Amino acid sequence: MNSEKIFRYLLIGSGVLIVLIALGIVTTLFIGAIPSFKEFGFGFIYSTEWNPTQGRESYGALPFIIGTLVTSILALLLTFPFAFSISLFLGEYFRNGKLPSFLRSVIDLLAGIPSVVYGLWGFYALRPIITDLGLNAQGFGIFTSSIILAIMIIPYASSLGSEVISMVPGNLKEAAYSLGATRFEVVKTVIIPNAGSGIFAGYILALGRAIGETMAVTMLIGNSNKIPTGIFDLGNTMASLIANQFGEADGLKYTSLVEIGLLLFVITGIVNYLGKLIMKKLSA
Amino acid sequence: MKKIQLLLTAVIAVALMTGCGGSGKEKAKTTEKAETITGAGATFPQPFYNKIFKNYSSEKGLLVTYGGIGSGGGIRSLKDEIVDFGASDAFLDDKKLAEMPGKVLHIPTCLGAVVAAYNLPGKPELKFTPELMEGVFMGKITKWNDAKIAAVNPGINLPDLAITVVHRSDGSGTTFIFSDYMSKVSADWKEKIGTGKSLLWPVGLGAKGNPGVAGTISQTEGAIGYIGSEYAFAQDIPVASLQNLAGNFIKPSIESVSASAKGEIPADTRVSLTNTDAADGYPISSFTWLIIYKEQNYKNRSKEQAVQTIKLIEWVIGSDAQKETTNVHYAPLPEAAAAKARAVLSAVTYNGKSLK
Repeated sequence: MNSEKIFRYLLIGSGVLIVLIALGIVTTLFIGAIPSFKEFGFGFIYSTEWNPTQGRESYGALPFIIGTLVTSILALLLTFPFAFSISLFLGEYFRNGKLPSFLRSVIDLLAGIPSVVYGLWGFYALRPIITDLGLNAQGFGIFTSSIILAIMIIPYASSLGSEVISMVPGNLKEAAYSLGATRFEVVKTVIIPNAGSGIFAGYILALGRAIGETMAVTMLIGNSNKIPTGIFDLGNTMASLIANQFGEADGLKYTSLVEIGLLLFVITGIVNYLGKLIMKKLSA
Repeated sequence: MKKIQLLLTAVIAVALMTGCGGSGKEKAKTTEKAETITGAGATFPQPFYNKIFKNYSSEKGLLVTYGGIGSGGGIRSLKDEIVDFGASDAFLDDKKLAEMPGKVLHIPTCLGAVVAAYNLPGKPELKFTPELMEGVFMGKITKWNDAKIAAVNPGINLPDLAITVVHRSDGSGTTFIFSDYMSKVSADWKEKIGTGKSLLWPVGLGAKGNPGVAGTISQTEGAIGYIGSEYAFAQDIPVASLQNLAGNFIKPSIESVSASAKGEIPADTRVSLTNTDAADGYPISSFTWLIIYKEQNYKNRSKEQAVQTIKLIEWVIGSDAQKETTNVHYAPLPEAAAAKARAVLSAVTYNGKSLK
């Protein structure tokens, strides 16, 4: 009985701890961001200038909010066809055997590669291709970062999807087949309606990962603190800005960076919330 | 609230310092014997500090740890009183000095420079005037075969290639020194961009750290950027000669960087050497400093800790450490500067009493 109790308290304790840590992070960010909020108010969110020069300091988050959203949504769009195909491949078409298990390991491997290695690969291998294609002059920018992000988030987007697809009840599928449905029709009319919300949850997870990704983006996006004029332009993201500028920051810049961190937290929260809403709709 | 901020700073500082031997952690407290001396700050002189502190540790048996967390982090760590000394590439201006909890002293340790590195087919040796620097780095000159570049570099076959400016994306003392120079030689730069560790760039793309900028330049034909001289010298990257105040085109070298410190140095050693009037001095040179509190009794530090800190810094500006500078591609302190540094150090006190 005693061990039951200990186990129970252990579970409660770790649950509470997680909540406390999350609250602690928000509180710290919030307190750290107060001076910046006092200085710029809500203008911080839609101001486009990031001028760290002493004496004319002025900070605005818009270029980075846009950079973050554009890179991660573009990455999600790029990753979608691949992730969805992989989910179907592993969840429905080829569930067992050597090839699917090999494919599964490769995808798991993708998730395990450190992001700085993705950055290096993008820098030395992907960038020259972008330049040769004439998409932009130096090969850096939003598009290059999005491609790398798309590759990085494939495991997140696909693995949950394949799990859910493989859990679609067999009798439903068999019923459809018995009515003469083709495999494609089964996917369309049975699997997607049944597994839709689970597949979607994977994409939300992947989007969250793309929004927060730092190192690989820093190395490829060009770190230009202006609103990008197109997807081949240079830009910067919130996470990348913080990683770049935190080391030397002090005073107003320091607190502005903390506020960017807080905004990033809020945006991730909103994305997750919207995701949950849509999932509810899908499963209803 | 202060505590929370401190905690945040410490946590992030520790996170940033992984791989640099972690040094922001709390140290020696009230123990009588000094066990470790901890410093943090500028990344620019870090190879030099790493080398000499390692020598010091093995010679004197006293562990010295240094975290290259950036000049801003170094100043913050000293302000939070969690280090024995900070390090910065830019001296603290009067406003920043006033914000510190105690009087802060600057001790120059060596000289470095910022160089303009480029990637052009055939690796020509280019000369740049201040006007060309302004034109290129402000985006007014956009092609390598621009008549203005050709006029300063007769006989060099300049390609019809777009100029890609590469700058630092992270806040950096290197950027500070570079922009300090640009603000002195270009009124337009001073008005539109100004001086700082990070800037509002009108053109170009940002890359992280000297390795990032150098890597981007070497991978991009037609690129030009600025990097720390120690990095350029070590990697043997093609760099431009710059026209100094006296009108001479000076190639950056350990000698020409050292020569830039020939002029008068104020007693507190806070001086900008950029655009030096020394005839043979390279114009984008700078001291880098260690910063300490004048009153060494803070945060319950023991007297022994204070004595050891000062001994270490005396050793850094002495000949044993200075002769290492050139091995890691920095310029040693000229004797006049070293004398000024010793004078600054002699003012240090513990409980108001001189440590001498």
